[in-house]
Amino acid sequence: MGRNPYSPHTDEDRREMLATIGTRNIDELITAIPADARRPRIGIGPGLSELEVQRHLEGLAALNVRAGDTAFFIGGPIQRRYIPAAVPVLALRGEFLTAYTPYQPEVSQGTLQAVFEYQSLMAELLAMDVVNSSMYDGGSAVAEAAFMAVRLTGRKKVVVATEVDFTYRRTLRTYARGPEIEIVEVPSAQLAASAAGAACLIAQHPDAFGTLVDVRAIADAAHAAGGLCVQVTEPHACALLEPPGALGADIAVGEGQPLGITMSYGGPHLGIFACREALVRQMPGRIAGQTLDANGTRGFVNTLQTREQHIRREKATSNICTNEALAGITAAVYMSLLGPAGLRAAARSGVARAHALAARLAAIPGCAIANDGPFFDRFTLRTRLGGWALRSALLDRRVQVEATAAHYLDGKRAGRDDVIIQCTELTSDGDADALVDAVSALMRTGAAAMAS
Amino acid sequence: MKALEPLLFELARPGRSGGHVRADGSAEIPTSFARRAPLRLPELTEPQVVRHYTHLAQLNYAVDTGMYPLGSCTMKYNPKVNDRVAGLFADLHPRQSYRLTQGVLALAYELEQMLVKITGMDFVSLQPAAGAQSEFTALLVFKAYHAKRGQAAQRRRIIVPDSAHGTNPASAAMCGYEVTTVKSDARGNVDLEALRAALGPDVAGFMLTNPNTLGLFEERVREVCDAVHRAGGLVYGDGANMNALLGIARPGDLGFDCVHINVHKTFSTPHGAGGPGAGPLCVKAHLRPFLPKPWIVREADGSYHYDTAREDRDPETVGDSIGTIKQRLGNFGVLARAYTYMKSLGDEGLVETSEDAILAANYLLARLRPTYQVAYDRTPMHEFVLTAAPQKKKGASALDIAKGLIDEGFHPPSVYFPLIVAEAMMVEPTETEPKETLDAFAEAMLRVAERAGTDPESLHQAPLRAPLRRLDEVSAARKPVLKWKLPS
Repeated sequence: MGRNPYSPHTDEDRREMLATIGTRNIDELITAIPADARRPRIGIGPGLSELEVQRHLEGLAALNVRAGDTAFFIGGPIQRRYIPAAVPVLALRGEFLTAYTPYQPEVSQGTLQAVFEYQSLMAELLAMDVVNSSMYDGGSAVAEAAFMAVRLTGRKKVVVATEVDFTYRRTLRTYARGPEIEIVEVPSAQLAASAAGAACLIAQHPDAFGTLVDVRAIADAAHAAGGLCVQVTEPHACALLEPPGALGADIAVGEGQPLGITMSYGGPHLGIFACREALVRQMPGRIAGQTLDANGTRGFVNTLQTREQHIRREKATSNICTNEALAGITAAVYMSLLGPAGLRAAARSGVARAHALAARLAAIPGCAIANDGPFFDRFTLRTRLGGWALRSALLDRRVQVEATAAHYLDGKRAGRDDVIIQCTELTSDGDADALVDAVSALMRTGAAAMAS
Repeated sequence: MKALEPLLFELARPGRSGGHVRADGSAEIPTSFARRAPLRLPELTEPQVVRHYTHLAQLNYAVDTGMYPLGSCTMKYNPKVNDRVAGLFADLHPRQSYRLTQGVLALAYELEQMLVKITGMDFVSLQPAAGAQSEFTALLVFKAYHAKRGQAAQRRRIIVPDSAHGTNPASAAMCGYEVTTVKSDARGNVDLEALRAALGPDVAGFMLTNPNTLGLFEERVREVCDAVHRAGGLVYGDGANMNALLGIARPGDLGFDCVHINVHKTFSTPHGAGGPGAGPLCVKAHLRPFLPKPWIVREADGSYHYDTAREDRDPETVGDSIGTIKQRLGNFGVLARAYTYMKSLGDEGLVETSEDAILAANYLLARLRPTYQVAYDRTPMHEFVLTAAPQKKKGASALDIAKGLIDEGFHPPSVYFPLIVAEAMMVEPTETEPKETLDAFAEAMLRVAERAGTDPESLHQAPLRAPLRRLDEVSAARKPVLKWKLPS
């Protein structure tokens, strides 16, 4: 014993168990395996004690430069935001963390009610009728929205704006290879004019660069052409901006990570998925619903399961099984702690800081704000250095920003080479000063090397 | 367990607030864009929120509260150190430069190497967020592989066994494939003759879980894989049951072209009430060119970077890759937990894991076999499937037995899966339950069987000791109430 620290069996336990089975050893239980394939050597090395493994992981972590160790302006779908202390304490309780999908509702009411509450809170924030339990992330939610629109319309063309975040568009294009859906990418401004024959128009508001987009006009065009409107959105923005349900969106999707979930280098996060009530039978993913028990007491169950893979197999609306339920519960804890005022305050702080910072940067000779219209809590900065070189030069000064290059290289739309500046309530005055000072110095010397 | 809890909305009063974030600075939103829709989120104080979620948590059964023998789900203990060290990587954004995330890349690279060694495959993509997304990814890889050989249009069909998880046919359909189901034989294996009859030049691949969903190792797995390969198809391994195989057998030695790993099963990461998970896809070398991008490259000096010359370069334009399924390294926070688990156990601990999982399943089966009927009575691996068909004849179904177990203080096994077994009850005890717990569970199962024989009616009433009685799922689906509505 003792090779697996989590194994409870003593050698005596094992002997007794083998005797009850009526066998001498484990090898007699695995004879169905081809003899030459039995018991291969693994070769990953010896196990570590908890102390050793803790030290080893601390050593790996020390090789990273955390966002908070620098002036940090990278954002987009994944944002560095303040997480109240109570969020992880509650959401990571063992009774949520170590439960399975609530297949037995009588002993899973904690999960089911918390998911039902998440659906309710998110539906209110988005002003949408129905929200599911979760998708993997914003990207898979966008792809599943496109698939749902294809099922509903029978059309196999999807038109997506080039101002939709590039990670979403990449996932969408990858998913579309399966059912061979045609993906057309056009600038947001041309989206409405591209509605003919499309299953849906996909717009992001605020877009990947922070610019506000007229979703109503896009939705009207999609509907006039017999298609659907899919709006990609961000939860904090919905606290201050007219939400998808009020703009005519049939499906609203997005990344829910900013709602109290750590960035964790990209996951696990929360795919938000919402739709109009009339479309719910084509919705992917689990949904919690309210019902009564045999005594007439209110309770909650997974419902509309005839859409799902474990019942419908190849006729299901999606293959999703394991989802991100815990992230949904985390988002619900966050929203209930902040309340409407706190959510607005967090959102407003980001907007205020972004606009103040943009004004300071625009005043530096050689710098301009390059958004096509009013922006929300992030904006694009254009300089004569170009975005990629500026990003690299700022990195050397411990300021982290994102270049727009990634968004455009695969958008087949050249000509923009800027950086994106994301602000949140965690953006400090010191961060802002560090960025302004670094950009000022670079513009004075013009000495930014074309790094990497 | 605790009494029921009101909804958040019923606890709220206008004007209450947590005071966690205050607005500073002014933000003018252009009028035409400003929110006019009401925002009726509940207003609560922090103590209210803390008690609410604490009460909800107390309504849940979880691994941390007791044995959770759900077949096919591998509800083993989730070590706490894994959760803590994952937090060391919380404040990292996936768009940070590779130069600033060398620890992430080093961990991920080593994790890939460990998965290669455990599965006998050659390369790994860490991107898929769950098993089903990994299935879908693999089928996209199959499609790209056949396309490279000019056979994409011809190979339109995926074959699955009738014992397969529902995700297998669902993933195939989502990927644009037609689905053919082949039956199982009398010993619970894939019916090799039926498979051969289904194979042809239009088949893209075959999806196989091994050990299969009956908990049985496919006795002719190499012949199955050979038959598919001879027809020009590829074999997908659903790794849901990998907990039986660590150091016991490698899918790469058995004929599979790829296999996914549910790290939330085999490698102890918590299931989170339904998710998150992570589903790394491990492939043989001939499928590597099609894997999602980017890939991690290790330099001779021990530094790491992504394989694209500039880290923002479009992955789709690089070689034959299918593109990106989930950015960068997928659910890294989950993968870091799995890595920690594997480092903690090492070679010997991993082997002991599977040995003890097999031992526990066979021990429990030995205790239950005299009373319950076994669906396919062979030596199982890490789980087994009973049929409650005899009990059903007496008036107590698998569902009734499951609800009876709740009153005995246990979470029930998976019921009504796999579909090929009537009144199926699928039991997976895992390696982390002590013998005395296995004994207590066995005795509970025997007591419920006794009740099924003598007083089946009493089981129809179960559960009586849970927070709620049985719930009306039919009405829930017929008249869906999917969110809280303001009282009108």
